[in-house]
Amino acid sequence: MLDIREVIETNKMIMENNLDVRTITMGISLIDCKGSTVEEICDKIYERITTKAGNLVKVGQDIEKELGIPIVNKRISITPISLVGAGVCKTIDDFVTICKTLDKVAHEVGVNFIGGYSALVSKGMTEADELLIRSIPKALAETERICSSVVVGSTKTGIDMDAVRLMGEVIKEAAELTKDNDSLGCAKLVVLCNAPDDNPFMAGAFHGVTEADAIINVGVSGPGVVKSAISHVKGESFEVLCETIKKTAFKITRVGQLVAQEASKRLNVPFGIIDLSLAPTPAVGDSVGEVLEEIGLEYAGAPGTTAALALLNDQVKKGGIMASSYVGGLSGAFIPVSEDQRMIDAAECGALTIEKLEAMTCVCSVGLDMIAIPGDTKATTISGIIADEMALGMVNQKTTAVRIIPVIGKGVGEQAVFGGLLGFAPIMPVNQYSCDEFIARKGRIPAPIHSFKN
Amino acid sequence: MHKVIITVLGKDTVGILAKVCTYLANNKVNILDISQTIVDGYFNMMMVADINEAPKDFHIIADELAQIGDEIGVDIRAQKAAIFDKMHRI
Repeated sequence: MLDIREVIETNKMIMENNLDVRTITMGISLIDCKGSTVEEICDKIYERITTKAGNLVKVGQDIEKELGIPIVNKRISITPISLVGAGVCKTIDDFVTICKTLDKVAHEVGVNFIGGYSALVSKGMTEADELLIRSIPKALAETERICSSVVVGSTKTGIDMDAVRLMGEVIKEAAELTKDNDSLGCAKLVVLCNAPDDNPFMAGAFHGVTEADAIINVGVSGPGVVKSAISHVKGESFEVLCETIKKTAFKITRVGQLVAQEASKRLNVPFGIIDLSLAPTPAVGDSVGEVLEEIGLEYAGAPGTTAALALLNDQVKKGGIMASSYVGGLSGAFIPVSEDQRMIDAAECGALTIEKLEAMTCVCSVGLDMIAIPGDTKATTISGIIADEMALGMVNQKTTAVRIIPVIGKGVGEQAVFGGLLGFAPIMPVNQYSCDEFIARKGRIPAPIHSFKN
Repeated sequence: MHKVIITVLGKDTVGILAKVCTYLANNKVNILDISQTIVDGYFNMMMVADINEAPKDFHIIADELAQIGDEIGVDIRAQKAAIFDKMHRI
Protein backbone atom coordinates (compact mmCIF):
# COMPACT_ATOMS: atom_id res chain seq x y z
CA MET A 1 0.00 0.00 0.00
CA LEU A 2 1.21 3.51 -0.78
CA ASP A 3 2.50 5.63 2.03
CA ILE A 4 1.11 9.12 2.51
CA ARG A 5 4.64 10.55 2.52
CA GLU A 6 5.27 9.14 -0.93
CA VAL A 7 2.07 10.65 -2.22
CA ILE A 8 2.95 14.01 -0.69
CA GLU A 9 6.45 13.81 -2.20
CA THR A 10 5.10 13.22 -5.70
CA ASN A 11 2.54 15.98 -5.49
CA LYS A 12 5.12 18.37 -4.08
CA MET A 13 7.35 17.64 -7.07
CA ILE A 14 4.46 18.49 -9.38
CA MET A 15 3.06 21.51 -7.57
CA GLU A 16 6.15 23.15 -6.09
CA ASN A 17 9.09 21.95 -8.19
CA ASN A 18 7.54 22.17 -11.65
CA LEU A 19 7.73 18.45 -12.40
CA ASP A 20 6.13 17.87 -15.74
CA VAL A 21 6.39 15.72 -18.80
CA ARG A 22 7.87 18.11 -21.30
CA THR A 23 6.55 16.57 -24.46
CA ILE A 24 4.72 13.67 -26.02
CA THR A 25 5.98 13.64 -29.57
CA MET A 26 4.42 11.41 -32.18
CA GLY A 27 6.84 10.46 -34.92
CA ILE A 28 5.06 9.95 -38.22
CA SER A 29 6.63 8.58 -41.38
CA LEU A 30 5.77 10.52 -44.54
CA ILE A 31 8.05 8.42 -46.69
CA ASP A 32 5.18 7.12 -48.83
CA CYS A 33 3.46 10.49 -49.19
CA LYS A 34 4.63 10.69 -52.75
CA GLY A 35 2.90 12.31 -55.69
CA SER A 36 3.53 13.77 -59.10
CA THR A 37 2.68 17.31 -58.03
CA VAL A 38 3.35 19.38 -54.93
CA GLU A 39 -0.41 19.61 -54.31
CA GLU A 40 -0.73 15.85 -54.34
CA ILE A 41 2.08 15.50 -51.79
CA CYS A 42 0.48 18.17 -49.61
CA ASP A 43 -2.88 16.36 -49.71
CA LYS A 44 -1.28 13.09 -48.68
CA ILE A 45 0.70 14.71 -45.87
CA TYR A 46 -2.46 16.40 -44.61
CA GLU A 47 -4.37 13.15 -44.68
CA ARG A 48 -1.58 11.13 -43.02
CA ILE A 49 -0.95 13.51 -40.12
CA THR A 50 -4.61 14.23 -39.35
CA THR A 51 -5.38 10.50 -39.38
CA LYS A 52 -2.48 9.47 -37.18
CA ALA A 53 -2.33 12.40 -34.79
CA GLY A 54 -5.93 13.62 -34.74
CA ASN A 55 -6.33 12.37 -31.17
CA LEU A 56 -2.85 13.17 -29.88
CA VAL A 57 -3.73 16.35 -28.04
CA LYS A 58 -6.92 14.94 -26.50
CA VAL A 59 -5.14 11.79 -25.30
CA GLY A 60 -2.37 13.94 -23.84
CA GLN A 61 -4.89 16.07 -21.98
CA ASP A 62 -6.74 13.01 -20.66
CA ILE A 63 -3.56 11.48 -19.28
CA GLU A 64 -2.59 14.82 -17.79
CA LYS A 65 -5.88 14.97 -15.92
CA GLU A 66 -5.91 11.37 -14.74
CA LEU A 67 -2.38 11.32 -13.41
CA GLY A 68 -2.43 14.92 -12.25
CA ILE A 69 0.81 15.83 -13.99
CA PRO A 70 1.17 18.53 -16.64
CA ILE A 71 2.18 17.36 -20.10
CA VAL A 72 3.43 20.65 -21.45
CA ASN A 73 3.71 19.97 -25.15
CA LYS A 74 2.10 17.64 -27.64
CA ARG A 75 4.16 17.59 -30.79
CA ILE A 76 4.78 15.77 -34.03
CA SER A 77 8.00 14.83 -35.77
CA ILE A 78 8.00 13.83 -39.42
CA THR A 79 10.26 12.34 -42.06
CA PRO A 80 12.74 14.98 -43.25
CA ILE A 81 10.86 16.96 -45.87
CA SER A 82 13.83 17.08 -48.26
CA LEU A 83 13.25 13.32 -48.77
CA VAL A 84 9.49 13.69 -49.15
CA GLY A 85 9.68 16.57 -51.61
CA ALA A 86 12.64 15.26 -53.61
CA GLY A 87 11.93 14.88 -57.32
CA VAL A 88 8.77 16.98 -57.25
CA CYS A 89 9.80 20.23 -55.55
CA LYS A 90 11.69 22.22 -58.16
CA THR A 91 11.69 25.64 -56.54
CA ILE A 92 12.02 27.18 -53.10
CA ASP A 93 8.31 28.02 -53.21
CA ASP A 94 7.40 24.37 -53.81
CA PHE A 95 9.03 23.46 -50.49
CA VAL A 96 7.47 26.49 -48.79
CA THR A 97 4.05 25.26 -49.98
CA ILE A 98 4.64 21.95 -48.18
CA CYS A 99 5.75 23.86 -45.08
CA LYS A 100 2.54 25.89 -45.12
CA THR A 101 0.50 22.69 -45.35
CA LEU A 102 2.36 21.36 -42.32
CA ASP A 103 1.64 24.58 -40.44
CA LYS A 104 -2.05 24.25 -41.27
CA VAL A 105 -2.08 20.65 -40.01
CA ALA A 106 -0.28 21.67 -36.80
CA HIS A 107 -3.02 24.22 -36.09
CA GLU A 108 -5.77 21.77 -36.92
CA VAL A 109 -4.57 18.91 -34.74
CA GLY A 110 -3.61 21.40 -32.02
CA VAL A 111 0.09 20.56 -31.61
CA ASN A 112 2.42 23.44 -30.83
CA PHE A 113 5.21 22.31 -33.15
CA ILE A 114 5.86 19.95 -36.03
CA GLY A 115 9.55 19.17 -36.45
CA GLY A 116 11.09 17.74 -39.56
CA TYR A 117 11.35 20.53 -42.10
CA SER A 118 14.78 19.06 -42.38
CA ALA A 119 17.62 17.81 -44.54
CA LEU A 120 20.22 15.19 -43.66
CA VAL A 121 23.39 16.24 -45.42
CA SER A 122 26.22 15.01 -43.24
CA LYS A 123 28.18 13.79 -46.23
CA GLY A 124 26.72 15.78 -49.06
CA MET A 125 23.67 17.58 -50.36
CA THR A 126 21.30 16.34 -53.06
CA GLU A 127 19.64 18.95 -55.24
CA ALA A 128 16.49 18.61 -53.12
CA ASP A 129 18.46 18.95 -49.88
CA GLU A 130 20.04 22.16 -51.04
CA LEU A 131 16.75 23.54 -52.28
CA LEU A 132 15.07 22.76 -48.98
CA ILE A 133 17.89 24.38 -47.04
CA ARG A 134 17.65 27.51 -49.17
CA SER A 135 13.87 27.58 -48.60
CA ILE A 136 14.20 27.50 -44.78
CA PRO A 137 14.28 31.28 -44.18
CA LYS A 138 11.12 31.88 -46.19
CA ALA A 139 9.41 28.76 -44.83
CA LEU A 140 10.05 29.75 -41.21
CA ALA A 141 9.07 33.36 -41.80
CA GLU A 142 5.73 32.39 -43.34
CA THR A 143 4.73 29.71 -40.85
CA GLU A 144 4.31 29.63 -37.10
CA ARG A 145 4.57 26.09 -35.78
CA ILE A 146 7.20 24.45 -37.94
CA CYS A 147 10.71 23.61 -36.76
CA SER A 148 13.58 23.03 -39.10
CA SER A 149 16.85 21.18 -38.69
CA VAL A 150 19.82 20.41 -40.88
CA VAL A 151 22.23 17.62 -40.04
CA VAL A 152 25.63 18.63 -41.40
CA GLY A 153 27.97 16.08 -39.87
CA SER A 154 28.49 12.83 -38.04
CA THR A 155 31.30 10.81 -36.49
CA LYS A 156 31.08 8.32 -39.35
CA THR A 157 30.96 10.78 -42.25
CA GLY A 158 32.82 13.86 -41.11
CA ILE A 159 31.46 17.37 -41.63
CA ASP A 160 29.98 18.71 -44.84
CA MET A 161 31.59 22.13 -44.81
CA ASP A 162 29.66 23.24 -47.91
CA ALA A 163 26.49 22.77 -45.85
CA VAL A 164 28.09 24.53 -42.88
CA ARG A 165 28.94 27.52 -45.09
CA LEU A 166 25.42 27.55 -46.51
CA MET A 167 23.85 27.36 -43.04
CA GLY A 168 25.72 30.51 -41.96
CA GLU A 169 24.00 32.35 -44.82
CA VAL A 170 20.64 30.67 -44.21
CA ILE A 171 20.65 31.62 -40.53
CA LYS A 172 21.42 35.23 -41.43
CA GLU A 173 18.62 35.28 -43.99
CA ALA A 174 16.15 33.66 -41.58
CA ALA A 175 17.08 36.35 -39.04
CA GLU A 176 16.57 39.09 -41.61
CA LEU A 177 13.15 37.82 -42.72
CA THR A 178 11.89 37.69 -39.12
CA LYS A 179 13.65 40.81 -37.84
CA ASP A 180 10.35 42.36 -36.70
CA ASN A 181 10.10 39.58 -34.11
CA ASP A 182 13.69 39.69 -32.88
CA SER A 183 14.72 37.22 -35.60
CA LEU A 184 12.44 34.55 -34.17
CA GLY A 185 12.85 32.36 -37.27
CA CYS A 186 16.31 31.30 -36.06
CA ALA A 187 14.83 30.02 -32.78
CA LYS A 188 13.06 27.35 -34.83
CA LEU A 189 16.15 26.30 -36.77
CA VAL A 190 18.94 24.05 -35.56
CA VAL A 191 22.11 22.66 -37.13
CA LEU A 192 23.10 19.21 -35.87
CA CYS A 193 25.91 16.69 -35.81
CA ASN A 194 25.13 13.01 -35.03
CA ALA A 195 21.40 13.73 -34.82
CA PRO A 196 19.33 10.91 -33.33
CA ASP A 197 16.38 9.59 -35.35
CA ASP A 198 14.04 9.54 -32.37
CA ASN A 199 14.51 12.88 -30.64
CA PRO A 200 11.21 14.21 -29.25
CA PHE A 201 12.55 17.70 -28.46
CA MET A 202 12.31 20.72 -30.73
CA ALA A 203 13.75 22.28 -32.75
CA GLY A 204 15.81 19.23 -33.74
CA ALA A 205 13.05 16.60 -33.84
CA PHE A 206 12.52 14.63 -37.02
CA HIS A 207 11.26 11.12 -37.68
CA GLY A 208 14.32 9.30 -38.96
CA VAL A 209 14.29 6.94 -41.90
CA THR A 210 15.20 4.06 -39.59
CA GLU A 211 11.89 4.44 -37.72
CA ALA A 212 8.54 2.67 -38.08
CA ASP A 213 5.33 4.18 -39.51
CA ALA A 214 4.45 5.92 -36.28
CA ILE A 215 5.94 6.00 -32.82
CA ILE A 216 5.46 7.71 -29.48
CA ASN A 217 8.51 9.35 -27.95
CA VAL A 218 8.37 11.15 -24.64
CA GLY A 219 10.67 13.80 -23.25
CA VAL A 220 10.78 14.16 -19.49
CA SER A 221 11.96 17.18 -17.58
CA GLY A 222 12.44 18.21 -13.99
CA PRO A 223 15.42 20.47 -13.20
CA GLY A 224 13.33 21.99 -10.39
CA VAL A 225 12.91 18.59 -8.76
CA VAL A 226 16.64 17.83 -8.97
CA LYS A 227 17.47 21.24 -7.56
CA SER A 228 15.08 20.79 -4.66
CA ALA A 229 16.45 17.30 -3.90
CA ILE A 230 20.08 18.39 -3.83
CA SER A 231 19.29 21.44 -1.72
CA HIS A 232 18.87 18.91 1.11
CA VAL A 233 22.43 17.58 0.74
CA LYS A 234 24.37 20.85 0.90
CA GLY A 235 28.02 20.28 1.84
CA GLU A 236 27.78 16.51 1.51
CA SER A 237 30.28 14.41 -0.44
CA PHE A 238 30.13 13.78 -4.18
CA GLU A 239 28.89 10.29 -3.47
CA VAL A 240 25.86 11.58 -1.61
CA LEU A 241 25.28 14.24 -4.26
CA CYS A 242 25.40 11.70 -7.09
CA GLU A 243 23.11 9.28 -5.26
CA THR A 244 20.57 12.02 -4.71
CA ILE A 245 20.54 13.04 -8.38
CA LYS A 246 20.27 9.43 -9.52
CA LYS A 247 17.32 8.67 -7.27
CA THR A 248 15.53 11.81 -8.38
CA ALA A 249 16.20 11.09 -12.05
CA PHE A 250 14.79 7.62 -11.58
CA LYS A 251 11.54 8.98 -10.17
CA ILE A 252 11.18 11.61 -12.88
CA THR A 253 11.79 9.08 -15.61
CA ARG A 254 9.28 6.59 -14.22
CA VAL A 255 6.57 9.19 -14.67
CA GLY A 256 7.69 9.70 -18.26
CA GLN A 257 7.63 5.97 -18.85
CA LEU A 258 4.09 5.72 -17.47
CA VAL A 259 2.87 8.58 -19.63
CA ALA A 260 4.56 7.08 -22.69
CA GLN A 261 2.97 3.67 -22.12
CA GLU A 262 -0.46 5.16 -21.58
CA ALA A 263 -0.20 7.37 -24.66
CA SER A 264 1.04 4.47 -26.75
CA LYS A 265 -1.84 2.25 -25.62
CA ARG A 266 -4.55 4.84 -26.16
CA LEU A 267 -3.28 6.04 -29.52
CA ASN A 268 -2.52 2.51 -30.66
CA VAL A 269 0.94 3.59 -31.72
CA PRO A 270 4.06 1.75 -30.49
CA PHE A 271 6.18 3.29 -27.75
CA GLY A 272 9.57 4.37 -29.00
CA ILE A 273 11.80 5.95 -26.39
CA ILE A 274 12.03 8.12 -23.33
CA ASP A 275 14.39 11.03 -23.70
CA LEU A 276 16.09 11.52 -20.35
CA SER A 277 16.67 15.21 -20.39
CA LEU A 278 16.66 17.96 -17.85
CA ALA A 279 14.85 20.52 -19.94
CA PRO A 280 14.49 23.94 -18.32
CA THR A 281 11.87 26.62 -18.91
CA PRO A 282 12.10 30.35 -18.24
CA ALA A 283 9.97 29.80 -15.10
CA VAL A 284 11.73 30.42 -11.79
CA GLY A 285 12.63 27.09 -10.17
CA ASP A 286 12.77 25.21 -13.47
CA SER A 287 16.37 25.91 -14.34
CA VAL A 288 19.48 23.83 -15.05
CA GLY A 289 21.54 26.91 -14.14
CA GLU A 290 19.98 26.78 -10.71
CA VAL A 291 20.92 23.08 -10.33
CA LEU A 292 24.54 23.99 -11.14
CA GLU A 293 24.41 26.73 -8.52
CA GLU A 294 22.98 24.29 -5.98
CA ILE A 295 25.88 21.94 -6.72
CA GLY A 296 28.16 24.71 -5.56
CA LEU A 297 28.81 27.35 -8.23
CA GLU A 298 28.13 31.04 -7.80
CA TYR A 299 26.89 31.22 -11.38
CA ALA A 300 26.76 28.81 -14.31
CA GLY A 301 29.94 29.60 -16.21
CA ALA A 302 32.21 29.85 -13.16
CA PRO A 303 35.30 27.58 -13.11
CA GLY A 304 34.08 24.09 -12.25
CA THR A 305 30.96 24.43 -14.38
CA THR A 306 31.99 21.85 -16.97
CA ALA A 307 32.82 19.30 -14.27
CA ALA A 308 29.58 19.96 -12.39
CA LEU A 309 27.59 19.63 -15.60
CA ALA A 310 29.39 16.40 -16.55
CA LEU A 311 28.52 14.96 -13.16
CA LEU A 312 24.91 16.10 -13.39
CA ASN A 313 24.44 14.76 -16.91
CA ASP A 314 25.92 11.38 -16.07
CA GLN A 315 23.86 10.89 -12.91
CA VAL A 316 20.65 11.83 -14.70
CA LYS A 317 21.38 9.09 -17.24
CA LYS A 318 22.42 6.54 -14.65
CA GLY A 319 19.27 7.14 -12.61
CA GLY A 320 16.97 7.32 -15.58
CA ILE A 321 18.22 4.35 -17.51
CA MET A 322 16.75 1.82 -15.09
CA ALA A 323 13.41 3.56 -15.01
CA SER A 324 12.62 2.97 -18.65
CA SER A 325 12.78 0.04 -21.03
CA TYR A 326 13.93 2.18 -23.93
CA VAL A 327 16.00 5.29 -23.62
CA GLY A 328 16.97 7.36 -26.62
CA GLY A 329 16.76 10.80 -28.18
CA LEU A 330 19.15 13.37 -26.84
CA SER A 331 19.11 12.31 -23.17
CA GLY A 332 21.10 14.78 -21.13
CA ALA A 333 20.88 18.17 -19.47
CA PHE A 334 19.89 20.95 -21.86
CA ILE A 335 21.56 24.29 -21.53
CA PRO A 336 19.52 26.66 -23.69
CA VAL A 337 20.35 30.19 -22.64
CA SER A 338 17.08 31.97 -23.37
CA GLU A 339 14.91 29.22 -21.91
CA ASP A 340 16.57 29.16 -18.51
CA GLN A 341 16.29 32.09 -16.11
CA ARG A 342 19.57 31.47 -14.28
CA MET A 343 21.48 30.95 -17.52
CA ILE A 344 20.08 34.28 -18.71
CA ASP A 345 21.27 35.89 -15.47
CA ALA A 346 24.69 34.25 -15.82
CA ALA A 347 25.04 35.49 -19.39
CA GLU A 348 23.88 38.96 -18.42
CA CYS A 349 26.42 39.37 -15.63
CA GLY A 350 29.23 38.06 -17.82
CA ALA A 351 29.81 34.78 -15.95
CA LEU A 352 28.76 32.78 -18.99
CA THR A 353 30.36 33.27 -22.39
CA ILE A 354 29.86 31.51 -25.71
CA GLU A 355 33.29 29.89 -25.32
CA LYS A 356 32.37 28.47 -21.90
CA LEU A 357 29.06 27.24 -23.27
CA GLU A 358 30.99 25.50 -26.03
CA ALA A 359 33.10 23.69 -23.44
CA MET A 360 29.97 22.74 -21.51
CA THR A 361 28.45 21.17 -24.61
CA CYS A 362 31.30 18.63 -24.65
CA VAL A 363 29.80 16.95 -21.60
CA CYS A 364 26.06 17.35 -22.00
CA SER A 365 23.35 17.48 -24.57
CA VAL A 366 23.08 19.27 -26.79
CA GLY A 367 24.94 22.29 -27.91
CA LEU A 368 24.96 26.03 -28.30
CA ASP A 369 21.27 26.46 -27.79
CA MET A 370 19.12 29.57 -27.99
CA ILE A 371 22.02 31.97 -27.94
CA ALA A 372 21.35 35.49 -29.16
CA ILE A 373 24.26 37.25 -30.84
CA PRO A 374 24.58 40.69 -32.47
CA GLY A 375 22.62 41.05 -35.71
CA ASP A 376 25.66 42.30 -37.59
CA THR A 377 27.62 39.06 -37.02
CA LYS A 378 28.99 37.85 -40.35
CA ALA A 379 27.58 34.68 -41.96
CA THR A 380 31.10 33.22 -42.04
CA THR A 381 31.49 33.78 -38.30
CA ILE A 382 28.23 31.90 -37.71
CA SER A 383 29.52 29.10 -39.94
CA GLY A 384 32.74 29.07 -37.91
CA ILE A 385 30.76 28.69 -34.67
CA ILE A 386 28.75 25.88 -36.27
CA ALA A 387 31.91 24.15 -37.51
CA ASP A 388 33.45 24.23 -34.02
CA GLU A 389 30.38 22.73 -32.42
CA MET A 390 30.03 20.07 -35.12
CA ALA A 391 33.68 19.12 -34.63
CA LEU A 392 33.04 18.57 -30.92
CA GLY A 393 30.20 16.21 -31.74
CA MET A 394 32.09 14.43 -34.50
CA VAL A 395 35.20 13.73 -32.46
CA ASN A 396 33.40 12.92 -29.20
CA GLN A 397 30.78 10.70 -30.84
CA LYS A 398 27.90 12.67 -29.42
CA THR A 399 25.05 14.81 -30.66
CA THR A 400 25.84 18.49 -30.82
CA ALA A 401 23.76 21.33 -32.15
CA VAL A 402 23.75 25.02 -32.84
CA ARG A 403 20.64 27.13 -32.48
CA ILE A 404 21.94 30.65 -32.64
CA ILE A 405 20.02 33.85 -33.28
CA PRO A 406 21.71 36.87 -34.85
CA VAL A 407 19.17 39.45 -33.70
CA ILE A 408 18.92 41.94 -36.53
CA GLY A 409 19.12 45.55 -35.37
CA LYS A 410 20.36 44.70 -31.90
CA GLY A 411 23.78 44.48 -30.29
CA VAL A 412 25.58 43.39 -27.14
CA GLY A 413 23.85 44.64 -24.00
CA GLU A 414 20.40 44.52 -25.56
CA GLN A 415 17.83 41.76 -25.22
CA ALA A 416 15.91 39.57 -27.63
CA VAL A 417 12.42 38.53 -26.56
CA PHE A 418 10.91 35.40 -28.12
CA GLY A 419 8.07 34.74 -25.70
CA GLY A 420 6.55 31.57 -24.27
CA LEU A 421 8.81 28.57 -23.76
CA LEU A 422 11.45 30.18 -25.98
CA GLY A 423 11.95 32.92 -23.39
CA PHE A 424 14.28 35.90 -23.81
CA ALA A 425 18.01 36.23 -24.20
CA PRO A 426 20.70 38.80 -23.59
CA ILE A 427 22.75 39.37 -26.72
CA MET A 428 26.15 37.82 -26.14
CA PRO A 429 29.42 39.07 -27.61
CA VAL A 430 31.04 37.03 -30.38
CA ASN A 431 34.77 36.71 -31.07
CA GLN A 432 35.45 39.35 -33.73
CA TYR A 433 38.39 37.71 -35.48
CA SER A 434 37.80 36.35 -38.97
CA CYS A 435 37.51 32.76 -40.17
CA ASP A 436 36.54 33.79 -43.73
CA GLU A 437 39.27 31.84 -45.50
CA PHE A 438 38.63 28.69 -43.51
CA ILE A 439 34.91 28.75 -44.27
CA ALA A 440 35.53 29.61 -47.95
CA ARG A 441 37.25 26.24 -48.51
CA LYS A 442 35.08 23.75 -50.41
CA GLY A 443 34.29 20.15 -49.52
CA ARG A 444 34.25 18.11 -46.34
CA ILE A 445 36.20 17.63 -43.17
CA PRO A 446 37.03 13.89 -43.21
CA ALA A 447 35.66 11.55 -40.56
CA PRO A 448 37.98 11.27 -37.57
CA ILE A 449 40.12 8.27 -36.75
CA HIS A 450 38.42 5.85 -34.36
CA SER A 451 41.51 4.62 -32.62
CA PHE A 452 44.55 6.26 -31.00
CA LYS A 453 42.24 8.34 -28.82
CA ASN A 454 43.88 11.08 -26.87
CA MET B 1 -10.38 -2.36 -9.38
CA HIS B 2 -9.67 1.23 -10.48
CA LYS B 3 -7.52 2.60 -7.74
CA VAL B 4 -7.40 6.33 -7.30
CA ILE B 5 -5.64 8.47 -4.75
CA ILE B 6 -7.53 11.42 -3.35
CA THR B 7 -5.45 13.96 -1.49
CA VAL B 8 -6.64 16.86 0.59
CA LEU B 9 -4.22 19.65 1.44
CA GLY B 10 -5.02 22.75 3.42
CA LYS B 11 -5.86 24.25 6.78
CA ASP B 12 -7.57 21.83 9.10
CA THR B 13 -11.23 22.73 9.50
CA VAL B 14 -14.33 20.96 10.78
CA GLY B 15 -16.08 18.63 8.39
CA ILE B 16 -13.51 18.12 5.62
CA LEU B 17 -13.58 14.36 5.92
CA ALA B 18 -17.37 14.30 6.24
CA LYS B 19 -17.86 16.34 3.08
CA VAL B 20 -15.46 14.25 1.01
CA CYS B 21 -16.81 10.94 2.33
CA THR B 22 -20.41 11.96 1.70
CA TYR B 23 -19.59 12.83 -1.87
CA LEU B 24 -17.74 9.56 -2.38
CA ALA B 25 -20.57 7.53 -0.83
CA ASN B 26 -23.16 9.25 -3.02
CA ASN B 27 -21.10 8.38 -6.06
CA LYS B 28 -20.41 4.76 -5.15
CA VAL B 29 -16.71 5.27 -4.63
CA ASN B 30 -15.37 2.72 -2.19
CA ILE B 31 -12.76 3.98 0.29
CA LEU B 32 -10.01 1.40 0.88
CA ASP B 33 -7.70 3.31 3.17
CA ILE B 34 -7.37 6.70 4.81
CA SER B 35 -4.31 8.28 6.38
CA GLN B 36 -3.49 11.77 7.47
CA THR B 37 -0.58 13.81 8.70
CA ILE B 38 0.41 17.40 9.38
CA VAL B 39 3.29 18.75 7.24
CA ASP B 40 4.57 22.30 7.81
CA GLY B 41 1.36 23.11 9.68
CA TYR B 42 -0.84 21.95 6.83
CA PHE B 43 -3.40 19.20 7.02
CA ASN B 44 -2.60 16.40 4.56
CA MET B 45 -5.01 13.59 4.01
CA MET B 46 -4.77 10.73 1.57
CA MET B 47 -7.51 8.32 0.61
CA VAL B 48 -7.05 5.23 -1.46
CA ALA B 49 -10.34 4.55 -3.20
CA ASP B 50 -11.84 2.29 -5.82
CA ILE B 51 -13.99 3.94 -8.51
CA ASN B 52 -14.89 0.74 -10.31
CA GLU B 53 -18.56 0.92 -9.32
CA ALA B 54 -18.88 4.66 -9.74
CA PRO B 55 -21.37 5.57 -12.47
CA LYS B 56 -19.60 8.87 -13.15
CA ASP B 57 -16.52 9.24 -15.28
CA PHE B 58 -13.22 9.72 -13.41
CA HIS B 59 -12.75 13.18 -14.93
CA ILE B 60 -16.10 14.33 -13.56
CA ILE B 61 -15.37 12.93 -10.11
CA ALA B 62 -11.99 14.70 -10.10
CA ASP B 63 -13.58 18.00 -11.13
CA GLU B 64 -16.38 17.74 -8.60
CA LEU B 65 -13.99 16.89 -5.78
CA ALA B 66 -11.84 19.89 -6.73
CA GLN B 67 -14.98 22.00 -6.60
CA ILE B 68 -15.86 20.76 -3.11
CA GLY B 69 -12.28 21.65 -2.13
CA ASP B 70 -12.78 25.20 -3.44
CA GLU B 71 -15.98 25.53 -1.39
CA ILE B 72 -14.32 24.57 1.88
CA GLY B 73 -10.99 26.23 1.15
CA VAL B 74 -8.74 23.19 0.73
CA ASP B 75 -7.02 21.65 -2.26
CA ILE B 76 -8.54 18.30 -3.24
CA ARG B 77 -6.91 16.28 -6.01
CA ALA B 78 -7.90 12.93 -7.41
CA GLN B 79 -5.24 11.06 -9.38
CA LYS B 80 -4.97 7.52 -10.67
CA ALA B 81 -2.76 5.51 -8.32
CA ALA B 82 -0.47 4.46 -11.18
CA ILE B 83 1.66 7.62 -11.01
CA PHE B 84 2.55 7.00 -7.36
CA ASP B 85 3.06 3.26 -7.79
CA LYS B 86 5.33 3.81 -10.76
CA MET B 87 7.40 6.46 -9.06
CA HIS B 88 7.88 4.77 -5.70
CA ARG B 89 7.82 1.04 -6.46
CA ILE B 90 10.27 -0.88 -8.61
